[in-house]
Amino acid sequence: MSATEHILIVVGVLFVLLNIAAGLIWVERRLLALWQDRLGPNRAGPLGVLIVLADTLKLFFKEDWIPPFADKWVFILAPAIVVGSVLLSFVVIPFAPGIVVADLNIGILFFLAMSSLGVYSIVLGGWASNNKYALLGALRGASQMIAYEVFMGLSLMGVVMLSGSFNLGDIVAAQQNLWFVVTQPVGFVIFFIAGIAETHRLPFDIPEAESELIAGYHAEYSGMKFGMFFIGEYLGITLISAMIVTLFFGGWLGPAFLPPLAWFVIKLFFFIGLFILLRASLPRPRYDQLISYGWKIILAIVLANLLITGAIALWLRG
Amino acid sequence: MSTLFYISSIVAIASTIMVITRYHPVHALLYLAVSFLSVGMIFLSLGAPFVAALEIIVYAGAIIVLFIFVVMMLNLGQETAQQEKEWLKPKVWVVPSALVLVLLAEMLLLLFTGSQQVMQVSQVDPRKVALSLYGEYIIAVELIGFLLMAGIVGAAHIGKHRKPSLHRFLQNGDTEKEKAMPVREQEVISNEQTVLHD
Repeated sequence: MSATEHILIVVGVLFVLLNIAAGLIWVERRLLALWQDRLGPNRAGPLGVLIVLADTLKLFFKEDWIPPFADKWVFILAPAIVVGSVLLSFVVIPFAPGIVVADLNIGILFFLAMSSLGVYSIVLGGWASNNKYALLGALRGASQMIAYEVFMGLSLMGVVMLSGSFNLGDIVAAQQNLWFVVTQPVGFVIFFIAGIAETHRLPFDIPEAESELIAGYHAEYSGMKFGMFFIGEYLGITLISAMIVTLFFGGWLGPAFLPPLAWFVIKLFFFIGLFILLRASLPRPRYDQLISYGWKIILAIVLANLLITGAIALWLRG
Repeated sequence: MSTLFYISSIVAIASTIMVITRYHPVHALLYLAVSFLSVGMIFLSLGAPFVAALEIIVYAGAIIVLFIFVVMMLNLGQETAQQEKEWLKPKVWVVPSALVLVLLAEMLLLLFTGSQQVMQVSQVDPRKVALSLYGEYIIAVELIGFLLMAGIVGAAHIGKHRKPSLHRFLQNGDTEKEKAMPVREQEVISNEQTVLHD
């Protein structure tokens, strides 16, 4: 791969991702409206697509206010971390044969490292706001994300054992005959749940919980800094969907009548739609329920899954 | 790669110094996170991506817990910063500096008089580390496990206490025993509003 091709891939991936994340705002609002039997944004442009542009313009023209009681630099740093860490995670995802920014041998570990750095944005944002609701949201977010990060890592280890590699390209190649969702159904379900908790989406959006914490950790943010948290959330959904597709649903593999990239995008949007449907249909659990559910049920299941997968992998090897 | 190594080493040293000298605990913790990231980068530049990833997952990811401790345990604010400032008087630096100077002298001695053997780089792959941890040093690993378990049990014991429930729906409790307990008297507050209602 030449240097220009590499730069083209990097710029292309960045461009497409940011557009997907922005477009998802419209997709989510229209889909939610569809499922809730109302119209949703339909005024700006055809089918209301330009609502994203209107929202962005509005955010840019809002006063970008930093509260005088806030810790200024940490306050500015926090929204940058969320977008930065999620965008960096996309570096290891193989979108199609040859279209990957960096084919790292430690792909899965890199993804886990970046998602553990993502916690900083919530905690720093909530703490730097110097507001008790923001701080409560930040503490909730920290304990939720630290807990579910553990399950996320453990649920992926079954896939790693079966494919024998941390490299996402190799993992896709290992699913040539059978998707890992068939051999690792438990791992898939737990990764999906942990993914929702990591991106703190509804039903697990307990750190922001607008009905009790008035938007939690980003209560004090306005203008484009709030926009960064917002876009970071949609990037997070795209990331978790892309990871699910790559790890459990064969990535770009599919029948030959469509190009690999098309298969990847179709699967990606299926899971993004599933995320939005979950938001439309499930209520938010109580905070202590979420945490005790994680440590008492999911941890036990994921450890059992790991043990059984390990035993079968050893047995198959002879 | 050695340029990358030196740059990240300088970042590591600078951020670690900042950790010690910051008066504000949260800022110190942020520099600590930067220090771990740069150590991860050092490993990466030396060709150990696995260790680099673990460094970031385990250390930089877990420092956030320390962050929560800081928020929960310390009363942040002007007084704490003042207190820190008083603790960091020049007098305090004498003993640590002397100890570090001893180490520096040792290192210089090794660098200038030691044979090449000391500085020899030997590669140990993660598989070998794992095998020796779970083979040769299994007792040490298990003892550490016991120690951590004791910590977890202790924390769970300290954290577990049942608060009296103040909500009128929950006051009667779930179990039979709790239901038998007397219900707290409701205090009736009367002011202009209640009077109006009555």
